[in-house]
Amino acid sequence: MNTVRSSSPGIFPHNATNVPQPGRLRRRLSAPSRSPGAGQRRQGHRRSVVPSIAGVAILILAACGASPPESASSSTQSSTITVAAAASLTEAFTQIGKDFEATKPGTTVIFSFGSSATLASQIAEGAPLDVFAAANPATMKTVTDVGAADPPINFVSNTLQIAVPKGNPGRITGLKDFADKSKKIAICAPQVPCGTAAVKVFATAKIKPAPDTLEQDVKATLQKVASDEVDAALVYRTDVIAAREAVEGLEFSEAQRAVNVYPIAVLKGSISAAAAQQFVDYVMSADGQAVLRKAGFGKP
Amino acid sequence: MPRSRSGTADRVPLALALPALIALLFLLLPLAGLIIRAPWAEAAEVLNRRSAILALRLSLITASVAALITVVIGVPLAWLLARPTLPGAGLLRALVTVPLVLPPVVGGVALFSLLGRSGLLGGPLYSLTGFSLPFTPYAVVLAQVFVALPYLVLAVEGALRAADRRYEEAAATLGANPLTVFSRVTLPLVAPGIAAGAVLAWARALGEFGATITFAGNFPGTTRTMPLEVYLALETDPGAALLLSVLLLAVSVGVLVLLRDRWSSRW
Repeated sequence: MNTVRSSSPGIFPHNATNVPQPGRLRRRLSAPSRSPGAGQRRQGHRRSVVPSIAGVAILILAACGASPPESASSSTQSSTITVAAAASLTEAFTQIGKDFEATKPGTTVIFSFGSSATLASQIAEGAPLDVFAAANPATMKTVTDVGAADPPINFVSNTLQIAVPKGNPGRITGLKDFADKSKKIAICAPQVPCGTAAVKVFATAKIKPAPDTLEQDVKATLQKVASDEVDAALVYRTDVIAAREAVEGLEFSEAQRAVNVYPIAVLKGSISAAAAQQFVDYVMSADGQAVLRKAGFGKP
Repeated sequence: MPRSRSGTADRVPLALALPALIALLFLLLPLAGLIIRAPWAEAAEVLNRRSAILALRLSLITASVAALITVVIGVPLAWLLARPTLPGAGLLRALVTVPLVLPPVVGGVALFSLLGRSGLLGGPLYSLTGFSLPFTPYAVVLAQVFVALPYLVLAVEGALRAADRRYEEAAATLGANPLTVFSRVTLPLVAPGIAAGAVLAWARALGEFGATITFAGNFPGTTRTMPLEVYLALETDPGAALLLSVLLLAVSVGVLVLLRDRWSSRW
């Protein structure tokens, strides 16, 4: 659930001009320390600690409250949108965010990637987000059901692939190895979209998997393969492409029976709904779709 | 400053009472929120789920084993750190507290790099025996020991420093060897400190999440402890997550109160 800020609003110039400097504050408030008596000097020194703490606190507060500079530098409308997106979209959306920012100067896109289900419950709890891209319609439905999102549109699809560590140390040949208790196996928990898809795949193939761990989201599952702790895992084919230095992918025929369609929607709570809609439009545009296709996603 | 003389010693000044009250409310109000928002009508069903019972059982067993291990290896370490003659004690003490400042997830990654099946020690172990620690209850216990050990060491070291060294010296002059002094004089002297440290370590192990989910994985019955169960329940059934949290809280507070009645002193 890491937040990626693809471009940072510059707060430092703001600080330099508006914030009272703690040093000056301290000097003014600790005047007694300049009087000659030794006892008094000590006392003044001690007293000066409080104003300097106050000064630091003011500095910190000012830094926190400082908004990106809105005048002068950006004459076009400036806005920041926060996009909550399924973990499997991490690489593709980070790229799309950069491209989008380049076409819309002054707009900043911040991402919160994580398990779709976690993001959905954060949105239902009122998290201040602008766009939600989920890894399956069921998680999107939990958001639209509580009236937290505009009608979603499907923008890509994804299928599962078997991921094995480079060199395939467990000599995995296909889906049937997932039933082998002697192999270390990771799959997603059935509560999250990649786990739902995995359950469907195993049901179709009539295989009873013997996993060693049920991971919270697809990136956690992938990480177990990439660090060579498991022999095989079921992840999205896009994840295999994203981690191609560390893992290898094996296709299996049942994958086509569990295609995950990804919906995206502008959220009702968005304070910059126009920019949020522009982002969604960009994802649907030829440029956005090209990035997604390159990452391994299929047509919706 | 003459005006400070007017108050009696046990009067609580407002400047202390107010922040103390804020601290207390800050700790208690979120718990109140948890209890108020939990869907009690579903309590019987949720708490009787097999997954909840499995998770609670695993949590209680692993946390207790972890607390026991921290005592067995932590008390000697604390004794070593408390010795006035130990060279480099400051650096050692700083190293001992590392798991306190380390994000637990990073702790889990660190354990992986040492004990994972391609780790520094885990690699040779795996190639020799075919056994790997991750995804086993042993990994859960190791993760818990890693994060809980500093609590015990710091508590016991504090107790050792506060204890009167002259008893040990007296025992030594009467001919007791160092091990006898430790077991017959030092240990009884700091027993309350050890108990306090063990309880802290147990509580920390019970609540351990980050290192466990990273290093031990997440599988019902073998590695899914209560905090992991709560986290997973949050995904689909937030009400159940609240109930499970209250259950974990009730069990841990219950155990702490029971133990407190036993060893009433100090903590």
